[in-house]
Amino acid sequence: MRLSRWEPLGGMFNQVNHLQKEVNRLFDRWGGDGWNLMNGNTQFPPLNVWEDAEHVSVDCELPGLDLKDLEIYVTGGNQLTIKGERKQQLSENAVFHRQERTFGTFVRVLTLPFPVNSDKVEAKLEHGVLTIKLAKHEAAKPRKIAIKAE
Amino acid sequence: MAETQAMVQKDRSEVHTAERTRGGVTFTPRVDIYETDTKLVLCADMPGVRPQDIDLRYERGELVLHGRVEPRQRVGAFLLNEYEDGDFYRVFTISESIDASRIEAECKHGVLTIHLPKVAAVQPKQINVKAN
Repeated sequence: MRLSRWEPLGGMFNQVNHLQKEVNRLFDRWGGDGWNLMNGNTQFPPLNVWEDAEHVSVDCELPGLDLKDLEIYVTGGNQLTIKGERKQQLSENAVFHRQERTFGTFVRVLTLPFPVNSDKVEAKLEHGVLTIKLAKHEAAKPRKIAIKAE
Repeated sequence: MAETQAMVQKDRSEVHTAERTRGGVTFTPRVDIYETDTKLVLCADMPGVRPQDIDLRYERGELVLHGRVEPRQRVGAFLLNEYEDGDFYRVFTISESIDASRIEAECKHGVLTIHLPKVAAVQPKQINVKAN
């Protein structure tokens, strides 16, 4: 199990990350999947995470998964775990011409930069895309401070 | 728990017969193709593609897969951005031993499955041997 840390976007780190991805993409063309072992960004599934004032949302692409193949937990207030298994359905006497899709189990643990309300988590799986919406904990919501004019 | 290392990010499409009018990134869907006695089956991972947004075409011996993905609405600030949305596009050359009129396809949970039945002439025939 690996932890993925939140990294703020727009910073220096992100630009380096982007460059790394581009270089990896270049190598992928020649080397195929083998190169990905060197790539730090191959944690499965890749996630998009974004926030607004009230919520933080996570989405990822999980084609072929059923809801029952998937487990989602929130632990310790700010840790989101996505766990699942992609199962292969094979008919008998099948001879493969190509086998590019992969199957098996995966776990991804994401540490969020603020606590969330674990009772208010919504998850939906639509056309192979999982979207999780988590409500921020009261303490993590931005509070507008009124400024008095004297 | 053993994680599957091989489950990797999607590849950008390198196939471009002609440029599209709509911009954005196009990805090559990962496919499995297997053959049974009666047909070829092609399974393609196209997450985010609704069944009505698939344009599947067979012409001049080529099977063209095109899945349109509506850009997802993500309102707010990104904390993590590890993948992009984009259409899926891929072309396969299909041999003449496929009966094009009986090709069937279905899409479920973002996986497109295409059944390509073989023409009767190339299907293996079981011959019964009579015992006298």
